Amino acid sequence: MMKQLSQRLLGPVTLVLLGLTFWLGLWVTPPDRVQGNLVRLLYVHPAIAWVALYVSFGTATIASALYLWRRTRSYVMDRIAHCSMEVSVVFIVLTLITGSIWGRPTWGVWWAWDARLTSTAILGVLALGYLALRRANDDPALRARRSAVFAILSAINVPIIHFSVQWWKTLHQGATVFTSSRTVLVHGSMAWTLLFSFVGFTLLFFWLLRARYRLEIKREESSSAQLDEALASRRSEGAF
Amino acid sequence: MFRTALLVAAKDLRIELRSRVLLWQVVPFGVVALLLSGLALGPAHAGNSSAGPGLFYLVTLFVALLMINRSQAIESTPGTKASIATLGLDPAGVFLGKSLALCVELWATGLVLLAGAILVLHTALHGALVALPSIGVTLAAMAAAGTLYGALTAGGDGAATLLPVLTLPAFAPLLIAGERSFSAALHGGALWEWWVILTVALVAYLAVGVLLYGVLEES
Repeated sequence: MMKQLSQRLLGPVTLVLLGLTFWLGLWVTPPDRVQGNLVRLLYVHPAIAWVALYVSFGTATIASALYLWRRTRSYVMDRIAHCSMEVSVVFIVLTLITGSIWGRPTWGVWWAWDARLTSTAILGVLALGYLALRRANDDPALRARRSAVFAILSAINVPIIHFSVQWWKTLHQGATVFTSSRTVLVHGSMAWTLLFSFVGFTLLFFWLLRARYRLEIKREESSSAQLDEALASRRSEGAF
Repeated sequence: MFRTALLVAAKDLRIELRSRVLLWQVVPFGVVALLLSGLALGPAHAGNSSAGPGLFYLVTLFVALLMINRSQAIESTPGTKASIATLGLDPAGVFLGKSLALCVELWATGLVLLAGAILVLHTALHGALVALPSIGVTLAAMAAAGTLYGALTAGGDGAATLLPVLTLPAFAPLLIAGERSFSAALHGGALWEWWVILTVALVAYLAVGVLLYGVLEES
């Protein structure tokens, strides 16, 4: 009952939170003292990056690890990892696009050889590589095993991206909320907008993941039905 | 595990010594690639020592791809997998052995390419010698990662094209840290930060390989 209710509410709650984020971000919050109206892009960009790097990649990695662990090995985990990685690709692309739109007026270029930008792009290529690896193997068990190992290997890049701003001291700004001194550098309506944005985009990820998961099951059922049909047709040919 | 590792490494190196693929195919490819990189930069920039570390690692990366392919090709000959399964070899040992053999091959090729960079790209000899330990660690990390990625793509559709797609992005942090440490050795600067990244990467790839190589070899 509770599960059904939460599943039904996931979509509407996500839409309300994202609507609230856009309303607060575009109309209620004031322009920034330094960045002016450009700051409004920063209500969505960090939240999208959070989902791309940590939530979706994290979900894919945990599901992959659970698949590899014999006690929890099931195709459910493999499907979750696969679907998370697909959604992750969408969010990584969105992270790069929103970052680029912000970077053009701020840094003067669409793309800078910044450590975080480059490492995020590399993570995007790794996520695409994961999907390519899945397509290269037909055997479901082999495909699941190999992609699970690859997802775990790719996750090694996530801490590198996270700490790249500190290690390389390049253009990308440092943390505003989760600072090393534990001081939050954003306040008032700006802080609330950022909070709604983070929660909204996180829920959007789970909404998309659920939709993609259901689609994947339907696809598997359809291919299985097609195979049964082909086998039945072959058998009937043999009967004549 | 270590005994198996030594046996597998000795087997791979012996095959390499007998076939001489490394000597007659991979090393010449690396040298040609190094020369072409210099030509692409043009005479004004090719002799600039600041380009040396980046070009050295870029060429080493491409050479490493050939070697990973070769290392996996040895395992995919008919009957090899069945023999390993029948012998009951420890997969962690097999992984360490293949990584060790690949590492030795990469070190050997790396030395030739480094000599090429000193000659052709005018990289300072003293700086190159200072950078030698960090180059060694970078290539060891590449070998460990390469063995894993090679096993991931082995036997799949389009394995030869899939390997670079998966491996090159994963090698990027190693390329950055290796190049920066080499540049720091040449022009001065903090080396220890890059050493930390390279060592952590090496340990991480070895740990993942020891833990998960068996999963990849499961049938």
